[in-house]
Amino acid sequence: MTELRKRGGGGDTDLVSETISDKETDVEDRLGLPGEPGVEADGDSESKADTPEVPPSTADNTPQFLNKAVEGLNPRWKNWWIRGVLSLAMISGFFMMIYLGPVMLILVVMSIQIKCFQEIIDIGYRVYHSYELPWFRTLSWYFLICVNYFFYGETLAEYFGALVQREEPLQFLVRYHRFISFALYLAGFCMFVLSLVKKHYRLQFYMFAWTHVTLLIVVTQSHLVIQNLFEGMIWFLVPVSIVICNDIMAYLFGFFFGRTPLIKLSPKKTWEGFIGGFFGTLVFGFILAYLLAQFQYFVCPVEYNSETNRFTAECEPSDIFVMHEYTLPFAVQNIIQWKTVNLYPYQIHSVALSTFGSLIGPFGGFFASGFKRAFKIKDFADTIPGHGGIMDRFDCQYLMATFTHVYIASFIRGPNPSKVLQQLLVLQPEQQLSIFNTLRERLRDRGMLPPAATEAI
Amino acid sequence: MTELRHRGTTDNDLQHQQSDDKGSENEGKAEKDGASDSETKPDTGLPEVPVTADDTPEVLNKALSGLSSRWKNWWVRGILTLAMIIFFFIIIYLGPMVLMMIVLCVQIKCFQEIIHIGYSVYHSYHLPWFRTLSWYFLLCVNYFFYGETVTDYFSNLVQREEPLRILSKYHRLISFTLYLTGFCMFVLSLVKKHYRLQFYMFGWTHVTLLIVVTQSHLIIHNLFEGMIWFIVPISCVICNDIMAYMFGFFFGRTPLIKLSPKKTWEGFIGGFFSTVVFGILLSYVMSGYSFFVCPVEFNSDHNSFEVDCEPSDLFQLQDYALPAALQSLTGWPTVRLYPFQIHSIALSAFASIMGPFGGFFASGFKRAFKIKDFANTIPGHGGIMDRFDCQYLMATFVNVYIASFIRGPNPAKVIQQLLALRLDQQLHIFNSLKTHLTERGLLEEAA
Repeated sequence: MTELRKRGGGGDTDLVSETISDKETDVEDRLGLPGEPGVEADGDSESKADTPEVPPSTADNTPQFLNKAVEGLNPRWKNWWIRGVLSLAMISGFFMMIYLGPVMLILVVMSIQIKCFQEIIDIGYRVYHSYELPWFRTLSWYFLICVNYFFYGETLAEYFGALVQREEPLQFLVRYHRFISFALYLAGFCMFVLSLVKKHYRLQFYMFAWTHVTLLIVVTQSHLVIQNLFEGMIWFLVPVSIVICNDIMAYLFGFFFGRTPLIKLSPKKTWEGFIGGFFGTLVFGFILAYLLAQFQYFVCPVEYNSETNRFTAECEPSDIFVMHEYTLPFAVQNIIQWKTVNLYPYQIHSVALSTFGSLIGPFGGFFASGFKRAFKIKDFADTIPGHGGIMDRFDCQYLMATFTHVYIASFIRGPNPSKVLQQLLVLQPEQQLSIFNTLRERLRDRGMLPPAATEAI
Repeated sequence: MTELRHRGTTDNDLQHQQSDDKGSENEGKAEKDGASDSETKPDTGLPEVPVTADDTPEVLNKALSGLSSRWKNWWVRGILTLAMIIFFFIIIYLGPMVLMMIVLCVQIKCFQEIIHIGYSVYHSYHLPWFRTLSWYFLLCVNYFFYGETVTDYFSNLVQREEPLRILSKYHRLISFTLYLTGFCMFVLSLVKKHYRLQFYMFGWTHVTLLIVVTQSHLIIHNLFEGMIWFIVPISCVICNDIMAYMFGFFFGRTPLIKLSPKKTWEGFIGGFFSTVVFGILLSYVMSGYSFFVCPVEFNSDHNSFEVDCEPSDLFQLQDYALPAALQSLTGWPTVRLYPFQIHSIALSAFASIMGPFGGFFASGFKRAFKIKDFANTIPGHGGIMDRFDCQYLMATFVNVYIASFIRGPNPAKVIQQLLALRLDQQLHIFNSLKTHLTERGLLEEAA
């Protein structure tokens, strides 16, 4: 979302001035630090033989009809309109997918992950002119498949427990899952070592590392997004909406009130936008949480019903999605004359999520900005007209997904019962028996089981 | 362990090798291969790590001053090898606590060596904050991993002390916060002229962490499973190195891979068979002692580690009927083995076949960055990383092997998770478990 702020302001003139400032940094890079011998550090020498600058938005893949519709307008507003229309299109797409349900969302997350991975790897290729490296495309995609296999296998085993127990080959795959994943990864590792070519060692190691860091960032976090989704669609929708809202709010506040620059890295961002975005997002998150917490469709953990072979989200909503009365502190009582207020506890959690999304989310955007400046690219790709690549849209989301996951694990959810049962069934019989007895004692103490006298074991 | 083979030969060969490297550089310059070779040009700016930077201790130098220079190198390496092996035995004797400390130190040293290389490759000494940040990330990741281990194995101790309990309950959140702080510091430290360098170093640090720290953590996991799961794999890798070297030295003829020209197929195959035999013998010797085979536990009464248990089935001698072919060969109908010895064959096979790939990877890495050794810590051998490059894949393999074939989930942990569930979930699980146990005949049917 970083490009939104940089370019929504002045149209083409800003674009030109930005490319000029980029060229300036280029020159400075070549001069290097004063007095440093061997300034042709590898990183900088590459900037000379580098890819041609990605030509600014003249490579226009806006669809024809949009072009015709806006051709009458001033070029400044034309860009604004294209971005606006595409934003609206993306948000509508988002709503449609929510309507279509969890399976669709999972598929979309996976597609996005693959596209982001492809975009980043493409950049690496261009930066290193790596197209001639033997095997490397194949190997990158192979590693992507391996890591995905590993992660999705772990998830499937947990959530599809009933289905897995039924099918024999699936049971085998689950039991030796780690071993199989490791063997697959090792095969890729060996292929890499065997593919090392004398002249290209360094390039190949760079691309190997590039692939792995990309996998670390993109794949692990998309996996966390899916896990959040299984917890309940609300845990997927609210964080994603918060980040989008923060972007839009910060942009609007910056547009109307922006004065003080925020960080050298992104010159168009302002403190007013930042703070305004923070408060705007808080309110938005609060209201959105209120709206969504009422529907079972959103708050129930997604479960796989093995009889009907589909996903369902039906349950007794847990405590945090049940209205509670909270007494307002005195200060607030005097102001608004209400003694108590009815809230979902989840709305309080949403305040934490909004705070993170507004304060730390932008750092993900700064990181991506720095990355693009480092490699002299304007956008990750040209997939979305007016916005850039998929990665441009999702750079702030990743930290949010990890935070949500950690938040859920720490404050909300206990261990997953079906996973615990699975582990139990794998133990040695003596261990199972001892656990059985311990559990029985515990349940009797809590009154969940009739006392010992009536059972003859 | 790659240098062992590269340099256990005459100085002539050494010079040949250096000229080989230079030859490849010349080839690189001659070709009009565009940008990929523009990188070899600036590399001439990097000072070659001088081979003769000799920090062998004085005492060794004097003792060997009489010998010819060929054998001198050989002797220095031999003595250091012996010293390292003796050191290995001493720390085994000192017990699990010391082993853990040593693993931690080795990890830190490896990390430092690799980061140092990154610095010298990219002339990154002037980058603001970066040294601090690299060490900070190392601390964070270690905190995360050791926190998870400590919670598992020291659960009694943790439950007792209030501050530890809080740290363990919110462990993930705390680790994530610490990491995020480092991430934000990195973003704030980006300097206009040095963006690319800084991103390179960030990537370099993270890949190093991924390799070095996660795998040393897996080593500690293996150690807790029983010291034998730590000692046998490491010994297999060391033995494979030495045996492959010996076989290569005496019988070596056919080169194995372009990447390491001194390695031969004869060495590879000879090393494979002797490592398998060595593994079987070593496991036989070790399986007899509960000091090695018992899981390491923390005794909260004595506040110390102890290894005391009834050895599991794996470490009890059993009779195996030999297949008919072998029977006629050796005249024995059955043979008494520990089941663990059969597992050791799998471990040795992996060490001999895959371990060298770790070595090739490190060789390729060193050639890519035009360095001879990772560092000069051990005289005659190079840096710590040179010694441990084959070990890392081994540690991961052992861990995955144990998880897949040996160990089930940890019962104490399962109980903990069980008791943390809601009561209705507990009841549900109780009923499922009762059905399961009744089916297995472990429980009588309730009246």
